[in-house]
Amino acid sequence: MISETFAFGDSVIHRLDPRLRVVFAVLFSILTAISNRFPAVFFALFLAVCLVGLSRIPVKKVLLRLALVNGLVLFIWLVLPWTYEGTPVLEIGPLVVSSEGLRLCALITIKSNAIILALIALISTMPVATLGYALHHLRLPDKLVYLLLMTYRYIFVIETEYQQLARAARVRCFTPGTNLHTYKTYAYLIGMLFVRASARAQRVHQAMVCRGFAGRFYCLHEFAFKKSDWAWGFGMAVGLIALGGLEWALII
Amino acid sequence: MHISEGVLSAPVLASGAAFAVAGIAVGLKKLDNERIPQAGILAAAFFVASLVHVPIGPSSVHLVLNGIVGLLLGWAAFPVIAVALLLQAVLFQFGGITTLGVNTLIMAGPAVGCYYLCGPFVKKGNTIALAGAFACGALAILLSALCVAGALVLTGEAFLEISVALVGAHIVVMMIEGIVTMFCVAFLKKVQPEMLPIKQTRGKIPQEKP
Repeated sequence: MISETFAFGDSVIHRLDPRLRVVFAVLFSILTAISNRFPAVFFALFLAVCLVGLSRIPVKKVLLRLALVNGLVLFIWLVLPWTYEGTPVLEIGPLVVSSEGLRLCALITIKSNAIILALIALISTMPVATLGYALHHLRLPDKLVYLLLMTYRYIFVIETEYQQLARAARVRCFTPGTNLHTYKTYAYLIGMLFVRASARAQRVHQAMVCRGFAGRFYCLHEFAFKKSDWAWGFGMAVGLIALGGLEWALII
Repeated sequence: MHISEGVLSAPVLASGAAFAVAGIAVGLKKLDNERIPQAGILAAAFFVASLVHVPIGPSSVHLVLNGIVGLLLGWAAFPVIAVALLLQAVLFQFGGITTLGVNTLIMAGPAVGCYYLCGPFVKKGNTIALAGAFACGALAILLSALCVAGALVLTGEAFLEISVALVGAHIVVMMIEGIVTMFCVAFLKKVQPEMLPIKQTRGKIPQEKP
């Protein structure tokens, strides 16, 4: 089932202005992604962990998400140390582990986790609708925001519809296996999902026209930038500068 | 098909994002306000369909379906896929903020390419349409896998082996996507042929997106 696991809660992070959270998350992710030094990426991970701690979301669920996300990272650990050329640190038969390879793997792991943790703490802690309003106030194209909100509104409906179709298939003794019949069944099921989605879209559009829809999206939600938001904004800016400093001051 | 956060280099991330923004701009321009509910609800359907896991041997793979997204939506595939990826990032943390652009390009670029390459065949008679649909599904995955490999290799030569392994691993996914897309198009042709767009391409086949 699709659910917004972290969206609803009561913490300093949940109360922050969504626009501030979006802007900070974007800048933080970019800075972390382009960092290449251990002090900087460790500091980024530290910041991200702090944010998760402050947002008081269930740690167990966060760890579960991280485990899923680290799949590709694990793949990189399995391949990269052996294939990256550099100073050898460990030799097993013909295979040589290079220190540069290990360094790169560690760097990727820390960066990846820091960015995902910050994403969970800052963005996943707001409902997607709020994210849409925030993006609208941050001057993203109207149409894109409108598309995002429309999609978000209907993923839950369409998922129920999918469950219904899958249930109908199960009731008719459909057991998935590695055969053409299975792929055909799934293809028809997905085709049916599209047909129903299209029919629903038509009904929704007609209903919208009936209610005076003139092809424009209006956002009635207003955000108030409070004093505490200024304080947090200042703190976050300091964090970003420190992060940039750790990466670049060391180079100079 | 995602590239994780923290892997790619800054120039690759930046150029991926730039191409994605350009694609989204074209897609939004071609998508008039009237069609947004349609595109939004179809996007929701793709989002749900891409969560479907189909069995393969003892394991399973999830469907990507970017071939059929391209076929049904054309250039609008860019904003639709970008929105779906954003939702995946927010709801499940598959991919993050900095890779959003690259991942959009990786999935939507091949989708639009397949729309122009395979679209004209899909509206033809039965056998050709089925072959075209199979090619559409398989080709979209192949191109996406090659884009992933390209992004990794452009980041560093060290990723060459991983890229080769990744493309190799996607050959099976290609076949499955091809089969599923083929049956799906066959189904749509019977049930609701007007959903398969392909109107203006008669006579001239526009250039594939570079």
